Amino acid sequence: MSIQVKFFASLREKVGVSDTKINCVPTAGEVWDISTNNAERPANILVAINLEYAQFDSPIKDGDEVAFFPPVTGG
Amino acid sequence: MDSHIAETAFDPWKMIAEHQQQSGLTNQFGATATFIGTMRDYNDNADVSRMELEHYPEMTQQYLDKLKNTAQQRWDLLDTLIIHRVGIINPGDPIVLIACWSAHRRASLDACNWLIEELKHNAPFWKKETGQDGDRWVEQNTDGF
Repeated sequence: MSIQVKFFASLREKVGVSDTKINCVPTAGEVWDISTNNAERPANILVAINLEYAQFDSPIKDGDEVAFFPPVTGG
Repeated sequence: MDSHIAETAFDPWKMIAEHQQQSGLTNQFGATATFIGTMRDYNDNADVSRMELEHYPEMTQQYLDKLKNTAQQRWDLLDTLIIHRVGIINPGDPIVLIACWSAHRRASLDACNWLIEELKHNAPFWKKETGQDGDRWVEQNTDGF
């Protein structure tokens, strides 16, 4: 099993990939570190686990989808 | 009740009329509150010639459904309609439509206001504007005042 990782909008352009897979790690913050090769994490970015807003210390389990994105600007 | 993403241009007035006609609520609602967000040809003192709206499709639909259901539980609404555009958008094009129907005005007015504020602050959409100096991501929404 593994973790599906997604990046959106300006963050996707900065990281250079839209999605990737990694082996399971304990928290969303560690997902960022592994999937970006320890890139500096912008202070204002948001994280979602399985389509719900989460925190960077939120726990991850096998099969989760973790998404990182900048502040939203819809409407 | 309906909430969905529109990948092509839509006519909000037509959508309101059609939804109202199909809802079966004729003679029940006494109030309809609507919000329609439309693309301007400027932002932050710069001309904008077009915009691309990106989203996180699965999360967006889930979030819009959640907003709609929460509004229905919180206010005494007879019906709710939410439509949000994605893709390439031109000045003058509608971006978002929110419509709420209720027996009396307060429920629909308050729910409509709450829905657009929640959507703007939390729904996973991102705007990329094209202007004379090229493309730029919108970093944050305005306060709305």
